[in-house]
Amino acid sequence: MSMPPPIVDFQRASKRYGEGPLIIDDLTLTASPGDFISLIGPSGCGKSTVLKLISGLSILTTGTLKVNGLAPEQAARELAYVFQEPTLLPWLTVGKNIELLMQLDHSAPAERTKIRQRVLSLVRLDGLAGRYPRQLSGGQKMRVSIARALSRSPRILLLDEPFGALDEMTRDHLNEELLAIRQQEAWTAFFVTHSVTEAVFLSNRIVIMAAGPGRIHEEISVNFPYPRTAETRHSPAFQELVARVSRVLRSVEEVLP
Amino acid sequence: MSSWRRLLPVLTGLVFVGIWYAVHFSLSTEERYLLPRPDAILQAFSDEGAVLGSATLNTALGALCGFAAAIVVSVACALLLSLSPLIRASLYPFLMMLQMTPIIVLAPILILWSGPGFLSVTIITFLICFFPLVVNTTQGLISTDRNLVDLFTMARATRRQEILLLRLPSALPYFFTGLRIAATLAPIGAIVGDLYAGNSAGGRGGLGFQTIIYSAQFKMPALFATAFAGCALGFVFVGAVIALQWRLLHRWHDSYSRTDS
Repeated sequence: MSMPPPIVDFQRASKRYGEGPLIIDDLTLTASPGDFISLIGPSGCGKSTVLKLISGLSILTTGTLKVNGLAPEQAARELAYVFQEPTLLPWLTVGKNIELLMQLDHSAPAERTKIRQRVLSLVRLDGLAGRYPRQLSGGQKMRVSIARALSRSPRILLLDEPFGALDEMTRDHLNEELLAIRQQEAWTAFFVTHSVTEAVFLSNRIVIMAAGPGRIHEEISVNFPYPRTAETRHSPAFQELVARVSRVLRSVEEVLP
Repeated sequence: MSSWRRLLPVLTGLVFVGIWYAVHFSLSTEERYLLPRPDAILQAFSDEGAVLGSATLNTALGALCGFAAAIVVSVACALLLSLSPLIRASLYPFLMMLQMTPIIVLAPILILWSGPGFLSVTIITFLICFFPLVVNTTQGLISTDRNLVDLFTMARATRRQEILLLRLPSALPYFFTGLRIAATLAPIGAIVGDLYAGNSAGGRGGLGFQTIIYSAQFKMPALFATAFAGCALGFVFVGAVIALQWRLLHRWHDSYSRTDS
């Protein structure tokens, strides 16, 4: 059986801003459809830059990058981005925030409403469409941000440490919800995080990056079957893998330039 | 507690009026005309009501036209200035020049250009209101959250969509900061403009023009009444801006969170 073509394909990619130092050096990384890849590593190792390159917000200095077979700037319709902050427009209601990307695409109002209701239901925020962002909790705001990203029915979802600012319990809940949504929506995910537990819980592949310049240090596969639940975190195999990833991460941080 | 708090300005006002009377009666009989009694000022309002009313309306009209023109032109200029740091670097020194030039020096030039009367008053009001509006609105337009700009860039939003759906709403709180300053300046600008460039022909004189008349006639209570009319006009302008700001921002802006959520 032949392998499906990669949906994201970095080959010997490097990135430098102006005359500054290399941010990413010689990155080769491919993602197959359906992969959930967590990028983890010390600050400054270029994790967020990888997402910006895929999204077309930033362009490579050398090497190649294909997103669904296209140059990143041509593949905008294929992907959606969830930022570290909820990045909601405070003057718009939850419903209007979710419709924003569709509005920019000139989608018909009836279609917008239908999709809005579907994604609000996915993130379990039915009934909150009329609220303003400042009336929501941190976790709810992040759910809205995810719902807005899902409104585009993306093939690739880029998540830049979306739960980093939340308390641990809310983060665990949202991790479980994210996986539950993924059971219904077939996107490929690139997930930047500083939490080893979160990376192990969510991903099927963990890419550990080193800094100075940013590069892949090691990739670890996570073979726990989906769906994963809160119970998965308590299994000895899970704890063992968390310990292994932590050890690798510590070894990377100890050799920081 | 809150009803007491609401009464505080009233009580302060009564104390102020009491002190006013005390100061008036502490002056010698010859000097008392310098500080007329509050009831004499009320009487002047009654006696000069028609003249003051017409002058206030004329001033209000000049202030409103200059204020409205300043809003339109400053938003257009701010949009232009927000396009690039190079444009800002090129134009800011000239905007500063406009602000630094004393308006009373410009007034005679404007009179020579456009003649005394309504147009000159409107232009003077425009000039005095323009700077705070353009500076604050530009600051708002260039301070848009970087992540939101990235979101629009990623979504391949057009420049028009970015301005209308992101930059302008995001700049609203800054715009209103400038608008509140301009609202306090607009009646002052119109009165100063009227003082220098007013025209009484056909009953078109404003409060500035009446000030000259009453001053020449030594009508001190009427002069005080004119000052209070100007003050009331300022309250109307600022009140209207505060009401509009509340209407547009109270649902979502953090500055209203304590009273609203």
